[in-house]
Amino acid sequence: MADFTSGFWNFYIIIPTVLGIVACFLLIRWLSTDIHPDQEGKEMDHVWDEDLVELNNPLPRWWLNMFYLTLFFGIGYLLLYPGLGTFKGLLGWTSIGQYQREVDVADAKFGPLFKKYAEMDIVAVAADPAARHMGERMFVSYCAQCHGSDARGARGFPNLRDNDWLYGGDPQTILQTILEGRNGVMPAWEAALGGETGVSDVAEYVFTLSGRKADEAAALRGKEKFDAMCVACHGADGKGNQMLGAPNLTDNVWLYGSSKKSVMETIARGRNGNMPPHRDFLGEEKAHLLAAYVYSLSTGQADEQE
Amino acid sequence: MNDQQTYNYTVVRQFAIMTIVWGIVGMSVGVLIAAQLAWPVLNFDIPWLSFGRLRPLHTNAVIFAFGGSALFATSYYVVQRTCHVRLISDKLAAFTFWGWQLIILSAAITLPLGITSSKEYAELEWPIDILIAVVWVSYAIVFFGTIVKRRVPHIYVANWFYGAFIITIAILHIINSAAVPVTLFKSYSAYAGVQDAMVQWWYGHNAVGFFLTAGFLGMMYYFVPKQAGRPVYSYRLSVVHFWALIFTYIWAGPHHLHYTALPDWTQSLGMVMSLILLAPSWGGMINGIMTLSGAWEKLRTDPVLRLLIVSISFYGMSTFEGPMMSIKTVNALSHYTDWTIGHVHSGALGWVALVSMGSLYYLIPRLFNRELYSLKLVEVHFWTATIGIVLYIASMWVAGIMQGLMWRASNPDGTLTYSFVESVQAMHPYYIVRFLGGAIFLFGALVMAWNIWKTIAGAKPAVGTIPAPAAAH
Repeated sequence: MADFTSGFWNFYIIIPTVLGIVACFLLIRWLSTDIHPDQEGKEMDHVWDEDLVELNNPLPRWWLNMFYLTLFFGIGYLLLYPGLGTFKGLLGWTSIGQYQREVDVADAKFGPLFKKYAEMDIVAVAADPAARHMGERMFVSYCAQCHGSDARGARGFPNLRDNDWLYGGDPQTILQTILEGRNGVMPAWEAALGGETGVSDVAEYVFTLSGRKADEAAALRGKEKFDAMCVACHGADGKGNQMLGAPNLTDNVWLYGSSKKSVMETIARGRNGNMPPHRDFLGEEKAHLLAAYVYSLSTGQADEQE
Repeated sequence: MNDQQTYNYTVVRQFAIMTIVWGIVGMSVGVLIAAQLAWPVLNFDIPWLSFGRLRPLHTNAVIFAFGGSALFATSYYVVQRTCHVRLISDKLAAFTFWGWQLIILSAAITLPLGITSSKEYAELEWPIDILIAVVWVSYAIVFFGTIVKRRVPHIYVANWFYGAFIITIAILHIINSAAVPVTLFKSYSAYAGVQDAMVQWWYGHNAVGFFLTAGFLGMMYYFVPKQAGRPVYSYRLSVVHFWALIFTYIWAGPHHLHYTALPDWTQSLGMVMSLILLAPSWGGMINGIMTLSGAWEKLRTDPVLRLLIVSISFYGMSTFEGPMMSIKTVNALSHYTDWTIGHVHSGALGWVALVSMGSLYYLIPRLFNRELYSLKLVEVHFWTATIGIVLYIASMWVAGIMQGLMWRASNPDGTLTYSFVESVQAMHPYYIVRFLGGAIFLFGALVMAWNIWKTIAGAKPAVGTIPAPAAAH
């Protein structure tokens, strides 16, 4: 067992445990011997603080039996289950074994259902109300922490209902995003843009891309910088690039907030969006159902069943 | 009068008064955070008023400020009275008082600022930890020095428990708080991973076992026989349950880490020892309650005695519940739910707070040579406290079991029936009941504060003359 770096620790566990339980036995045996009838229930021979005395009463029988019972249970348990150092217990029980058995039972029971959906096309799965319901239940367990239980996202976590896709909203791309994760990096541009003024100018220009009110002179200056530095990812028209996960800047959707302050912060300091990969955690079959559910959110099917 | 012919009541008085002050502070913060759970808007979006920062403030204030002051006050009183000598050093005793208050003040400032080691019940950062260690060692010197100087041959049972509590807390605190400082306000634990978790819960559970149990059993063994005017029920029982309790408690920590990365053998040992702990715990309950045999009628007329006896009953109840919850199959349902919060509060409000309050009702009038201002108000306190506790723990039982069942409920297709947030939503009515229970309990504490204030206002501090030890009879 990897918990023990040497054989010493094994005995370091076993000896005090066994001695401790034996000592409990001896202690209660010793003090449950009969009390001389003359002394039983009488005061002991010491007095403290004028009137504090103790009676010489025996240990209550029922309490003693309860004590013995727990000690015997303890011994029995430590014989059957792991507890005494590296001794594995007569039952050979392990928590990982119990977990695996429960997972196996669940797989045997629910596996065929997941398999059935896994073999269907994601679009077809999304059209199946029962499958969507399963996807929804999994979504609120695994995805809601970031994307919200209504899938409308939060600051820094994309809204999955608005048809605005960073990496693309076709079923296979959604599945890919879930299985392998995404890492959206916006570099920090403050130095390259010549400090706060440059950042502010670009922010003003970005506002014009989605038709927001902006300072025209500043936006004009910002456009020059945008055309030089931002187009590589966000495109000349600012419509982004799903291959890179570069957001569309013309649709008035603001992942990190729409205020000038937030947009400037995004440009100046960059952003690092992280969708963790779920292949190892969920497996392909569950991811397949989740992809179908997320896809159904964008088609409006998800809301039909309610 | 010569100092050596009187007891040091000054430090006892100081700690006794601060017990009430910190009790009200700590419980008020508790009521506020209970309200925040029911109505999150009460976090006001102000970081230092938010639940995450006030919760450790609440636990530190009620455990170490309120409970700690009660233990200092009563242990200093009891050790002097049962050894028939004055504390060995007034200066060192005064240092423990002012040092402890400074620690509490530092906690009250740093925790809302978010300065924390993030170890539960050991959140204070390393400079404060060092101060705690210094104060605690001074406490041990005063306490054990006084025991050594005693004028009676035998050490009274209350002192066994106080002594075990003082020694063990020193060891637990120093080992668990070992850390590598990075700055004045930031350090990293000396342990990593699951070892860190194990050390933390070895500390955490024994903070319950020794701070909140052994120490308060010491209190029980003095104030219950005194208030009842009856002998301690069984000397033999006190010997057995003392040694069995202090031996067994120290193993019980792993039951906080069932079904985690902690190795199976450690979990098993923690569970087995937690079960064996039932009888030693109940030994204390039996000894406390049976001390009343022959004087049961006093319960009808003496609300102070009733507070003490009800506290022992809650002790018995929580020490049954604890071993039960440590059983792995029960723990699989109860772990991470509000059941645990209910369990803790049946111990903290029912046992720790009530036994302290009962003891203070006995102690404070004697420290000021006054009669208690109003027994009627003690009666009011008794009933509000009891109703408050029952509302608190009953709502948390229901909430906890419901949470556990909701989290494991699954659909025929294998998916979970409820999302986490649905279980949070279901808690709302129970959180309101819990808030009400806590508020009612706090009201009782305020009644007590008023009663004590009226008792001691304008009183001259009492001088405790040391009586000659009684001859053996």
